[in-house]
Amino acid sequence: MSKPVSALMGAAYDGIVRVEECGLQGMITLRGDLASKPVAAAATGATGQDMPGQRRANVAGQSGLCWMSPDELLVLVPHAEVGDKLAAMTKALGNAHSLAVDVSDARAMFRVSGANAREVMAKLAPVDFAPGAFGPGDFRRSRLAQVAGAFWMEEDGSFRIICFRSVADYVFKLLKVAAQPGSAVGVF
Amino acid sequence: MLILHCPYCGVDADETELAAGGEAHLKRFGPGSSDDELHGYLFTRENPKGVHLERWRHASGCGKWFHAARCTATLEVFGTYKAQVSGPPQEIRDAISAKRPGWSWREFS
Ligand SMILES: [Zn+2]
Repeated sequence: MSKPVSALMGAAYDGIVRVEECGLQGMITLRGDLASKPVAAAATGATGQDMPGQRRANVAGQSGLCWMSPDELLVLVPHAEVGDKLAAMTKALGNAHSLAVDVSDARAMFRVSGANAREVMAKLAPVDFAPGAFGPGDFRRSRLAQVAGAFWMEEDGSFRIICFRSVADYVFKLLKVAAQPGSAVGVF
Repeated sequence: MLILHCPYCGVDADETELAAGGEAHLKRFGPGSSDDELHGYLFTRENPKGVHLERWRHASGCGKWFHAARCTATLEVFGTYKAQVSGPPQEIRDAISAKRPGWSWREFS
């Protein structure tokens, strides 16, 4: 099999924040009744994380669970483990009405870090990023300028962003423009 | 700017995250229905100046369809409610009545 590469192969930019493409990240879409035991067992078993509440993300490193909708989670696992994790999840799901699919190759992931991370995000998404309104562990599906994107805040105040791989270059350019030196608004 | 509360993910979503889905609570008439029924289903729509019931989708968000009750004249939103109903729930009707006494919309009032 050919060697997998991420959308932008780890491209990075330093402005009023640091923008990095995170490289390969395993992602599994899990749909089903989030309150059911098999679905919860599949999700928590694959990641070692608790089930997330509404619009929350429980993520440590490359493993975690993100709340996408009342019947959908995004399951993050290390890219090299997707096959094994998916097989284990499918087994745990059994006959439960559900769906687990590897979407790793359809996505790209970025990290935005630095003191102005909230500012850069607020330039691109119609979301209240004020401290108190959006904090560590908060997760949101929204848009980044003209394309769909999802993001959450990590404990250190940085953001991780997920978008479709087909628009990874667009999103990277958006983030670079939003992070241009001298472009801080100072609103937060 | 229209802001609607998504009853599925709890976000107060601004218009740019939403996709309009046209009139709410249409009853589908398909095979076996009369020409008049099919015509009504396909083409006949309410176009009120005032209370209106609509379908919306949290497209750049959780992806779910939901309903909204609002005023087309003032853009005031009376409330939003889930998709799995064939008419506005009582609390939505009450919320509309509080602001627009005597309102009616199709068979609802
Ligand atoms: Zn929503």
